[in-house]
Amino acid sequence: MNALKQSLLALAIAGTFVAGAAHAQISDNVIKIGVLSDMSSLYTDLAGAGSVLAAKMAVEDSGIEKRGYKVEFASADHQNKPDVGSAIARQWYDTDKVDVIVDVPNSGVALAVSQITKDKGRVFLAVGPGSSDLTGKACSPNTVHWAYDTWMLANGTGTAITKQGGDTWFFITADYAFGQALERDTTAAVTKAGGKVLGGVRAPINNQDFSSFLLQAQSSKAKVIGLANAGGDTTNSIKQAAEFGIVKGGQSLAGLLVFLTDIHALGLNNAQGLIFTETFYWDMNDQTRAFAKRFAPQDKGIHPTMVHAGVYASVLHYLKAVEALKSDDGTKVVAKMKELPTDDPLFGKGSIRVDGRKIHPAYLVEVKKPAESKAPWDYYKIRATIPADQAFRPLADGGCSLVK
Amino acid sequence: MQALFGQLLIGLINGAFYAMLSLGLAVIFGLLNIINFTHGAQYMMGAFIAWLLLNKVHIGDWQLGYWSALVIAPIVVGAVGVIIERTMLSRLYKLDHLYGLLLTFGLALVIQGLFRNEFGSSGLPYQIPSLLQGGVNLGFMFLPIYRAWVIVASLIVCLTTWYVIERTKLGSYLRAATENPALVQAFGINVPRMITLTFGFGVGLAALAGVMAAPIYQVNPLMGADLIIVVFAVVVIGGMGSIMGSILTGFGLGVVEGLTKYFYPEASNTVIFVVMVIVLMFRPAGLFGRER
Amino acid sequence: MATTISRSEPARTGGNLMLIATAVMAIILALAPVAGIYPVFVMKALCFALFACAFNLLLGFGGLLSFGHSMFLGTAGYVCAYAAKSWGLTPELAILLGTIAAAALGTLVGALAIRRQGIYFAMITLAVAQMMYFFYLQTPFTHGEDGIQAVPRGRLFGLIDLTNPYAMYYTVLAIFLAAFLFIYRVIHSPFGQVLKAIRENEPRAISLGYDADRYKLIAFVLSATLAGLAGATKAIVFQLASLTDVHWTMSGEVVLMTLLGGMGTIFGPVVGAFVIIALESYLAGFGEWVTVITGTIFVVCVLAFRRGIVGELSAWWARTRN
Repeated sequence: MNALKQSLLALAIAGTFVAGAAHAQISDNVIKIGVLSDMSSLYTDLAGAGSVLAAKMAVEDSGIEKRGYKVEFASADHQNKPDVGSAIARQWYDTDKVDVIVDVPNSGVALAVSQITKDKGRVFLAVGPGSSDLTGKACSPNTVHWAYDTWMLANGTGTAITKQGGDTWFFITADYAFGQALERDTTAAVTKAGGKVLGGVRAPINNQDFSSFLLQAQSSKAKVIGLANAGGDTTNSIKQAAEFGIVKGGQSLAGLLVFLTDIHALGLNNAQGLIFTETFYWDMNDQTRAFAKRFAPQDKGIHPTMVHAGVYASVLHYLKAVEALKSDDGTKVVAKMKELPTDDPLFGKGSIRVDGRKIHPAYLVEVKKPAESKAPWDYYKIRATIPADQAFRPLADGGCSLVK
Repeated sequence: MQALFGQLLIGLINGAFYAMLSLGLAVIFGLLNIINFTHGAQYMMGAFIAWLLLNKVHIGDWQLGYWSALVIAPIVVGAVGVIIERTMLSRLYKLDHLYGLLLTFGLALVIQGLFRNEFGSSGLPYQIPSLLQGGVNLGFMFLPIYRAWVIVASLIVCLTTWYVIERTKLGSYLRAATENPALVQAFGINVPRMITLTFGFGVGLAALAGVMAAPIYQVNPLMGADLIIVVFAVVVIGGMGSIMGSILTGFGLGVVEGLTKYFYPEASNTVIFVVMVIVLMFRPAGLFGRER
Repeated sequence: MATTISRSEPARTGGNLMLIATAVMAIILALAPVAGIYPVFVMKALCFALFACAFNLLLGFGGLLSFGHSMFLGTAGYVCAYAAKSWGLTPELAILLGTIAAAALGTLVGALAIRRQGIYFAMITLAVAQMMYFFYLQTPFTHGEDGIQAVPRGRLFGLIDLTNPYAMYYTVLAIFLAAFLFIYRVIHSPFGQVLKAIRENEPRAISLGYDADRYKLIAFVLSATLAGLAGATKAIVFQLASLTDVHWTMSGEVVLMTLLGGMGTIFGPVVGAFVIIALESYLAGFGEWVTVITGTIFVVCVLAFRRGIVGELSAWWARTRN
């Protein structure tokens, strides 16, 4: 064998050693990603199978597999039940060797998964849930909260609308912890911005008919009617508000937790004029549009919501951290994720705070009138941008034990 | 005071809707003694067929809107009901009612699951027909025309059904057949066919309620799931075997719920169950029912 | 209602056969974690098996269909979780407290509902269960949708650390076996015989001098208490108590387990529970099809498989022996 071949051989052998050593700290030599979402009820469209797709796209785009790492997937439906979700998480960590769990829409399930992830030292990329407790009272060194949380929504929508002239509010609140939290946080934001809350009414959850509550909202003569509810309650209240001529009568509707898929389900006729906050919209710039063009055909035409975008971005950043660290030890990876600044095509540049909160700008959006929309899914106009450092709850206010 | 009138009127409107929704179940449950847990899913199917007719069925230039849906959906879903009864339910008549309940419960899960797999869970948009859009300012409240239509339609449907069952010969055959099938069969009346058709009619009524709901409640696969318990409560309170009982209870419940939403809204979901327990304590067969 | 529920009892009560079967079951379950079966899965199945056995006591042997049994499961779970987390009680005391809460609720509801028959009885239980659901949804101590999270497993009797998976497993197994044997004793006692007589022909039993309502009430309270035991144990195992346990679909699930396993048999509910939990576990990856498949099982069972797994097996066994 001549010298060249010998050195090449030596190099190849050395290379495998190095590669082997590089992967020596990846557990079982596989990075296993578990997408735990709601595949069968309320959040199927805004998360669900789309989240699995987003995670796979992130792995593809990161190119990590070409660099010798092996990535595997698992996915399951937590059915919005904390016991089902926590049982799946436990089994994934104990027997299926999952290294990171992503998504988990539904705060009850997310809090349970966060606790289990902490106990087992893995990683939890919370994208779907809204509870700001995940980076507050219940924060953990193993959890990163992406996309949105209730404080950001309440503050963003409440402050921005009040500053734009909507300074008297009336709330229709879903009478459970989540709805009450939304109402409380938005009230705080509105009063801080100089507005006044004229009153409110608590509706039972999963209520079909809002006519009685809308009537009370109309007679309050508040400029803004805040909908502190989610899912079916929100879509029903918006639809019936249109029926009762609320927006035509001069009052505006502020949704406190609304997703792109809700607007699609309502139709622009009913949803026009609705104002709320999101952190991602597929039609914002060329990069987001390119992502949507790849995403939609693979998800039954549904365009990416901020949850889908969050899954993509968080998995991308996770893989970056794993590669930089050459290990998938949960607690260390999260620390690395906080160390590295984030940069992805969907959220742009940002960072992750010490309490696990991912910071990025938020956008106040208004739903277009039917005449203004040129194509299906062309639903929003961006009314205002809230800079990243103002959008989320200040670090010191959360009560997180990781904040010194 | 004005606000109270508004709430009462809304309560009445909701009551009209409950009455119509419960009517189908009252017919099946009350007359045939079949516990039809699929009622909620059939209501949902009615709404979906209305949506499908509008968006997916194209006959030349014709759009199959709301008005055609009011006729077509009940017939289609009623036919499905007939098939269910013929192929599955009729085998269970000799057995405990429990089995009919479990069967229809299982069917409801299957139907809802299939629709959800196909259409997602957020729901689909369906507009109020142009003829009924807009509203009237009554002074104490703004009344959407569609809601007024709901009261009118519900009264027509309920009273017609009651009349047919309680005051016509056909209705009397039916009532006799459910009380003593052997005897009525001996008179030459085809009892099984009558039961099948009545079942189909009850199912059709559920679908009709679904079409009426489509413009105001979000059309989604789970729309019937939580409603079903309320509907059962209405029929039980009204009394099994009494059509008028269900109708009156439906309206009454709407008003009671409306008042609760005004004075103590957090409890408006539970008030019906409280009423049910109280009624059953003092009148075991329901308000207008006959103990069997 | 009573006479036409198809149930299957072996040709003889076969006391010895039953005891052997119970022993075999206990041994299999005791060895399961050592054999490599994931203990958390078996613990979940055991809790639900207990729930189903409790439900079967009322339905299969008492002839009373309750639509609201989830309220006992959930109430005990919440009370136990709260006691363990906020009052720092040791697990056995917390479980005891939860079970007592369920028993109390059972007595109240039973007193109310027993006076009515058939579908009206079922509707009353459903109505109360719904009221409990909305109550739990709104009371602060349950944390509503989030549920009571991070419930400590604690030290059993202050000594045994239950965070050790084996310690937890054998504790759950012990609770299950004790309750199972208790149910077995109840069914084969004079009380059980009278209960069966009432189920078969209530007027005749009354004419013989038995106070039917009292027997039914006792059966109801026993069933509620054992359901509560299952719920409280589950709260410690999963360290979580949530609204799922008080929702009416949970009441539907236990009916399915009992029906699939075999109503009115001793082992039926256990088999049914294990099958359903295994199915849900296996199907979790298929997400959207779980509801459809569950519904189809219901339909098939009711149409063609009414005696349930254990029932059909017993009937086949009886046939082959003749």
